[in-house]
Amino acid sequence: MELSLRLAHLYPKQMNLYGDRGNILCLRRRCAARDIELAVDELEVGEPLDATACDLIFIGGAQDREQRRVAADLLEAKGEALGRAVAAGVVVLAVCGGYQLLGRYYRPAAGEDLPGLGIFDAWTVHPGPTAKRFIGNVVVRWQGATLVGFENHGGRTFLGPAARPLARVIAGYGNNGRDGTEGVVQANAFGTYLHGSLLPKNPRFADHLIALALARKYGQGELAPLDDALEEQAHAEAVRLAVRKPIFV
Amino acid sequence: MTKPVAGVRTAAAVSTAKLAAALSRRLGLGGGTALPGLMAEAVAPGLAARLAGELGHGCLLVTGTNGKTTTARLVRNIARAAGYRPVHNGAGSNMMRGITAALSEAADSQGRIRQGERSLGVFEVDEATLPEAADALGPRVIAFTNLFRDQLDRYGEVDSVAALWREALAGLPPAVTVVLNADDPGVAGLADACQGPILFYGVADTACAVGGLEHAADARWCPVCGHEYAYSAVFYGHVGRWQCPACGRSRPSAQVEAVRVEQPSAGPLGVELTSPVGRLELSLPLIGLYNVYNALAAAAVAMALGVEGAAIQRGVASFTAAFGRQERFDVRGRGVQTILAKNPAGLNQVLRALVAESGPKNLLFLLNDDIADGRDVSWIWDVDFEMLAGHTGLLLASGRRAADMALRLKYAGLDPDPTLECSAERALARALSLTPELGTLYVVPTYTAMLQVRRILARWGHRPQFWEET
Repeated sequence: MELSLRLAHLYPKQMNLYGDRGNILCLRRRCAARDIELAVDELEVGEPLDATACDLIFIGGAQDREQRRVAADLLEAKGEALGRAVAAGVVVLAVCGGYQLLGRYYRPAAGEDLPGLGIFDAWTVHPGPTAKRFIGNVVVRWQGATLVGFENHGGRTFLGPAARPLARVIAGYGNNGRDGTEGVVQANAFGTYLHGSLLPKNPRFADHLIALALARKYGQGELAPLDDALEEQAHAEAVRLAVRKPIFV
Repeated sequence: MTKPVAGVRTAAAVSTAKLAAALSRRLGLGGGTALPGLMAEAVAPGLAARLAGELGHGCLLVTGTNGKTTTARLVRNIARAAGYRPVHNGAGSNMMRGITAALSEAADSQGRIRQGERSLGVFEVDEATLPEAADALGPRVIAFTNLFRDQLDRYGEVDSVAALWREALAGLPPAVTVVLNADDPGVAGLADACQGPILFYGVADTACAVGGLEHAADARWCPVCGHEYAYSAVFYGHVGRWQCPACGRSRPSAQVEAVRVEQPSAGPLGVELTSPVGRLELSLPLIGLYNVYNALAAAAVAMALGVEGAAIQRGVASFTAAFGRQERFDVRGRGVQTILAKNPAGLNQVLRALVAESGPKNLLFLLNDDIADGRDVSWIWDVDFEMLAGHTGLLLASGRRAADMALRLKYAGLDPDPTLECSAERALARALSLTPELGTLYVVPTYTAMLQVRRILARWGHRPQFWEET
């Protein structure tokens, strides 16, 4: 049977700050290696999202200025469809700024709260310009294995009762530097602060997303293993670098 | 009237700096470029400002994400050709301590700049140091090269750098000339914050244009109305002939403009430019369109100082690349060319220049993640390595993040050598042994990897180390 998946990449121009594009390159390549056709729709500001047409949705991070511009479009043009997609089990990956926008709200250091989509039962608070920014290599425990990446965020994210953390921090800061959580999972939607890019160095997580999308569409999501020697080497190197460094808080 | 004797404290600070520099070199701690400045500032705070006041022709500053070292070095050569005695922080130490060290080096033991009446300060300045440097040194000219994302973990976002620059420009006395890149909307837009004369430079030869915006493009949206810019030509990154279709804001006309650019695969870049002092032909012994921009910026700075065309031509033609920027060595019967690349826009330009040359290239990429490189290596995913397809011979990854680099190459559909050597020395030795005799090995390092490569090549007996360069 011909397998095919459709990915909606939200705001590839505006929300691509920390090599987020690497995540798409990774999904493309890992699908192609299994003869799964992956079609990517790039949706910019003003372009509608068709919740019924996609199997995967990706949104990356951005500078504050672009994030504000995107936040308005997300609420007005895409929010409702995104909510329906998540309810229908579409696989969503939101990194850094995208993760914050999918929460309930973002409370800046000064001024009014910026409303989010409320897809994640999570909210983000910026503790002010003098507060430490969370920057550095990060390693987290996920499903008995590790995820590696780099984090760079001023906002602290907290999870409500409907949200589960994606992972537990081993080295680094994670959601808020306090409770040891990193990221969020709700249905098949994942939010995380890890970039680096995230997926190329975390092939098991990349395959987890592909498998979830296949299972939802075809009823089974088994994937043939790939030669991930280089991926695992980069992963192990990143773990070593993050854990060896003392963590200054 | 004779100048008052410099303060005892200034003299003591200058002596301290000289001693620290000598010791640092003697002990092999490095080029002695930052530590002496730090120590001198400790002995006499405000030393840089006092010494800068002694520069007979004042000073000029060059800043921006990419090209500031090359541009400042070009200006230094031009200044020399024009008869000035340039005082220059040539070793790439571009924060206040590096400038202080360069000024101390140029001073005598009394704390006076030698041949002060002929002296001109030519300082490369770190993006975030610009406000402090402009305030302390009182420059005549400030030049901006371009503004791209660079080491986000260190500098913060592109917008915060621009905001810092605007604030510094708004506080300048109106006599300061500001030299701006008309083709980079993020730099050209600084004009709004300027109080005095502005000199724009840019490229008019649309034969140099590439297909479209790269992934490394940063300034895509008009800051006034938020609309996406339209480009009639893109030269690299977000640099090109831009215009906002909504509010009409557009690339300003450039007084110093390259009307014809020739990029022969062997031999120097040829640039014909129009300027307030007439038409000028430049020959620049470097590769890549980004270096045409550096030459334009340098020429514009020189024109702002009143330097005549012939001296600009001589200065540019006499150029040798700053350490590690673009150097060629002959090692073990192979040519080794090192090209520094430290952010997506810069590395894209390097790749474009390599692809433009014929034949397969032997390539060694060295990716480090020290503070000076940026701890975050995710920027390599914004580089369009895909353009190397069909152009590579040997393809090796090294450095502290060798596996990340190799992975990026793999996902670009390339086939990197599976042996990963984190040690720069072993990687270099291996790459050389695999490069055919008489062939060329291109070494593309990040900043600290470039310093390592320099040291290794020097140990193998090639070229003096950088602080011995003049």
